[in-house]
Amino acid sequence: MRQRFVHDVSGLPDHDFGSDSIVWWGTLGFVAIEGMGFVLAVAVYFYLMREVPSWPPGSIAPPGLIYGSLFTGVLLVSALPNHWAKRAAERYRRRGSLLGMGGVVLLGIGLLVLRGFEFTVLHVRWDTNAYGSIVWTLLGLHTLHLGTDVADTAVLLALFLTDRDPPQRRYTDVSENADYWWFVLLAWLPIFAVVYLVPRLG
Amino acid sequence: MNGFQSALHPAGPQALHIERLIWLFTGISAFVLLAVTVALLWAVFRRRERRDLAAEPRPPELRERRLGRVVGAAVALTVVLLFVLLTASFATDRRLLDLEGREQLTVHVIGHQWWWEIRYAHGEPARRVITANELHIPVGVPVRIELTSPDVIHSFWVPNLHGKQDLIPGSSNAITIEADRPGTYRGQCAEFCGLQHAFMAFLVVAEPEETFDAWYERQLAPAREPGNDQARRGREVFLRSACVMCHRIRGTSASATYGPDLTHLKSRQILAAGAVPDTRGHLAAWIADPQGIKPGARMPITALPPPDFQALLAYLETLE
Amino acid sequence: MSASEASDLRDGPALDEAVTRARLEHTWRRPEGLWGWLVTVDHKEIGRRYIATALGFFALSGLLALTMRLQLALPESHLVGPDLYGQLFSMHGSAMMFLFAVPVMEAVAIYVVPLMCGTRNIAFPRLVAFSYWIYLCGGLFFFISFAGNTGADRGWFAYVPLSGPEYSPGKRVDTWAQMITFTEVAALAVSVALIVTILKQRAPGMSLDRMPLYLWAILVTSFMVLFAMPAVMLASSFLIMDRLIDTHFFNQAEGGSALLFQHLFWFFGHPEVYIIFIPALGFVSSIVATFARRPVFGHLPMVLALIATGILGFGLWVHHMFATGLPRLGNGFFTAASIMIAIPSGVQIFCWLATLWDGRPVFKTPLLYVLGFVFIFVLGGLTGVMVASVPLDLQVHDTYFVVAHFHYVLIGGAVFPLLGALHYHFPKITGRMPGERLGRLGFLLTFVGFNLAFFPMHILGLSGMPRRVYTYPSGLGWDGMNLLATIGAFTLAAGFLVFFLNLLLSLRRGAPAGDNPWGASTLEWATSSPPPVHAFAHVPLVRSREPLWEERESLPVVTGLRVDAREVLVTATVTAEPRVREPSPEPAIWPLLTALATTGLFIGSIYTPWAVVWGTVPVAVTLIGWFWPTKREQRKEKATEHAPGLAEAGA
Repeated sequence: MRQRFVHDVSGLPDHDFGSDSIVWWGTLGFVAIEGMGFVLAVAVYFYLMREVPSWPPGSIAPPGLIYGSLFTGVLLVSALPNHWAKRAAERYRRRGSLLGMGGVVLLGIGLLVLRGFEFTVLHVRWDTNAYGSIVWTLLGLHTLHLGTDVADTAVLLALFLTDRDPPQRRYTDVSENADYWWFVLLAWLPIFAVVYLVPRLG
Repeated sequence: MNGFQSALHPAGPQALHIERLIWLFTGISAFVLLAVTVALLWAVFRRRERRDLAAEPRPPELRERRLGRVVGAAVALTVVLLFVLLTASFATDRRLLDLEGREQLTVHVIGHQWWWEIRYAHGEPARRVITANELHIPVGVPVRIELTSPDVIHSFWVPNLHGKQDLIPGSSNAITIEADRPGTYRGQCAEFCGLQHAFMAFLVVAEPEETFDAWYERQLAPAREPGNDQARRGREVFLRSACVMCHRIRGTSASATYGPDLTHLKSRQILAAGAVPDTRGHLAAWIADPQGIKPGARMPITALPPPDFQALLAYLETLE
Repeated sequence: MSASEASDLRDGPALDEAVTRARLEHTWRRPEGLWGWLVTVDHKEIGRRYIATALGFFALSGLLALTMRLQLALPESHLVGPDLYGQLFSMHGSAMMFLFAVPVMEAVAIYVVPLMCGTRNIAFPRLVAFSYWIYLCGGLFFFISFAGNTGADRGWFAYVPLSGPEYSPGKRVDTWAQMITFTEVAALAVSVALIVTILKQRAPGMSLDRMPLYLWAILVTSFMVLFAMPAVMLASSFLIMDRLIDTHFFNQAEGGSALLFQHLFWFFGHPEVYIIFIPALGFVSSIVATFARRPVFGHLPMVLALIATGILGFGLWVHHMFATGLPRLGNGFFTAASIMIAIPSGVQIFCWLATLWDGRPVFKTPLLYVLGFVFIFVLGGLTGVMVASVPLDLQVHDTYFVVAHFHYVLIGGAVFPLLGALHYHFPKITGRMPGERLGRLGFLLTFVGFNLAFFPMHILGLSGMPRRVYTYPSGLGWDGMNLLATIGAFTLAAGFLVFFLNLLLSLRRGAPAGDNPWGASTLEWATSSPPPVHAFAHVPLVRSREPLWEERESLPVVTGLRVDAREVLVTATVTAEPRVREPSPEPAIWPLLTALATTGLFIGSIYTPWAVVWGTVPVAVTLIGWFWPTKREQRKEKATEHAPGLAEAGA
């Protein structure tokens, strides 16, 4: 078919932050998938809760609050360096991006350690009963996301450390990675409520 | 079709309600299918100007409004028909509840891999009949069937009497059936339950109330004493072989409940949950080689010397 | 090298057309030979591969079905024993649903969607390559397991407790559950790529209201995948955890629930039917418009019907569970919702009828399949209304009536349009016209064979024949209908054979197709057949819903994309105004390596839970390799980078 030139796009940028970035949409897609996974896992928790007369079943104590609360606190604090990283990245500032991501990685490693302690005060094993199974699953599912994003951030950090003058496009990765950290953070709050507070209600 | 196991040959009020609903849905569906097919054929075959791929595509605005009215009318008719069907469905659903609460007899049916245990409820433990794979009910009497399963999910289904209801481990379901004419109806497990799902059948024998009562009394009796030496020897064979690990014969020391109760084995019409008819030849084959008849069945081969085997068979034949 | 990297060549009036094409060819070409075959990220090549693989699994699953029909042709047959029969129907159902129906629809979309959008490659092409490899590994694993007598044998929905640790020792159920995981990962990855391609890479001017119905269908389907598949991932993961590490999700004795599995499975399982069927509706719309020589009547109602179907599809799952003794009130709600979903389907059928009535239909093979589809699908839809009614469902649930119903919906509703679409897209994919005479014979055989095979099953079901029985006694009145169904099944198989034989023969003997042999209206027909690696030398500009019918003289195009580096044009989500020239990934071996590492983890986990721990190491390594930019890529990006703030100043 014959063609005629009607418009030129050579003046367009080769990247952008937010909804005109392909990867931003991809991240959103995976957030939707994983968010749905969390929603369904929480639904399973309540379904199983309906199946037995008392919750937690038998004489199991609700999960200990100390490590979980500490974890939540540190996770909330991590929003700060995460925010710095995103803001610096959107201004193409390497130093700020490095510091922000470094902060997230350090706090993230601390969070993973705290998470390890959380598992020790659940007062139930995954193979004890269905309650134990779903509590371990909820916590495990969140740990998987946490670990993945800590690793992601560490790799991105390494990439920025090894390249003194990265292409501007690379900063969109930092921004989108920070968005994903927000997902990990926000997803935790309802899970915290379910795992730690619901057993204390009845 | 002989109607022995068919939703289209109702023998009770529940199945009758559903059968009427089936025909209503089928009638409306046939009408819709016919209308759409005629419209389709007319649309593509009606006479018109040149048709080939080089033809200039038609601009869409030409007859949009007229087409819109026709499509709108078709959609409206669809909604009306669907509403009719929905109402009929809800009405039938309510009528299926008519019998509930009016039951005069309760039977506990337990689904096992791959046979049906049948226990009649009664206030006095001594008057509870226990049998297998053959459910007798009096005609004209609503019967409550309570359904449980100790292993996997099964589904209780006698299409001539009612739709199906699942048996779910850990919980209890119930269904009410009634036969309004005497007859024998076949039922079958309708939820895949493993290797011998295909042969997890049972019979429902609907009979007049007197006949049912007589049957019930006979079932209550313990097994008859063997009348001759061979049968007596057969009973000894039964009691010292592996048979007693699973089966019960009331009136003897065999009291296991893992397999079907054999007290009145020969009063039943089928063996091995419908795998074979209950004849002497099939019984012999079933004992000699259960896996040949029903591969995967839980019944093991019981190796017996031929004289013992014949004696055992003679004894089992007396269990009427 | 560095000179050309910094050169920043763009297409446009300044660059000679032949040079433009040669440079684009060079830029988008993959390496030669086996290595190039393994590293490719070209959506057209991956799409072809995906289609061929899915059809391979279709053939295998079809052979399983023929074996079942042979066994059931006569009562009390001993051809196949209960153990093998259990594997036959479980493998057939699982493979048809997870390895054929969903993947083949995505496969065609991988090929067609970017072309129809007018873009040079799919979004996230490496993810799509990964999806293909993981799908291939999962499918091979499933069938190799079957060959090793470890085939799935608990049905395609593997209800607990029958599939639980107590009643299904051995590895058969584990292979089933992991096959699900493989295919779900593959499907989710493709869906994300398709959504982003459709939302962000449409040709400039193709605003949402100018988007072809096929793209709408794929968009709705992909969103359904996003929200439905996590449910089955949970179901199959919980099942395998119950089996392997002693969790108790479905163990009644420890507070679990057998019905929970059914809820999770059908929350996915019902939308799954629409995930298969909605892309087929897209095919039908494309074919009807092209062969009726008229745009599909009622574009907006059609779009709304697709969206409504996608949403309502999530409200029906309990109608698979009417016999489980759930509360009646809830059942009533699901009956109403299930019956109501017939309305959007009706809207679409009537709109197609109106299009055909008002157009000038040309009877080519694709249109024949659409006509067959209308008849079969309407029948299947009507029996669908029947099974939505609680009382009626109590009789026909888990009988051959239901087997008939879902084959009418899935074969009539999805496979018939798929065959039409394969015939329709064949010239674009291969550059050759498919033969018409064999095409028509194939249609005749499939149509007659299909109805002969499956119509009698309605009667069988109402006459009391349950599904999933390996044999049946004579004397229940089922013998004749079963024999008829078997004859029909072989006729249908012959029809499929003729259909694919025709395509194979046409591959060599077909007449050259030209760009737009059917005179269609959408953008994939604006480029040559088969399309070049870069698909479009210049990105088309769209000014109506039927660009190729509107622009009879010449196609308006935009210029200014690089020809010496892979670039795609990103446009605004709703209006499709040009926004960003985004680099598109180069070929890489990492998707394949990541897929292999993931396969190791999935299969290993069946044998030891620790595989989940050590298996993550290779997965992580390959993923880092995947995302770590090469020095060359860094330099290239650096050389011509262009920040958004500078856009206005530069323009």
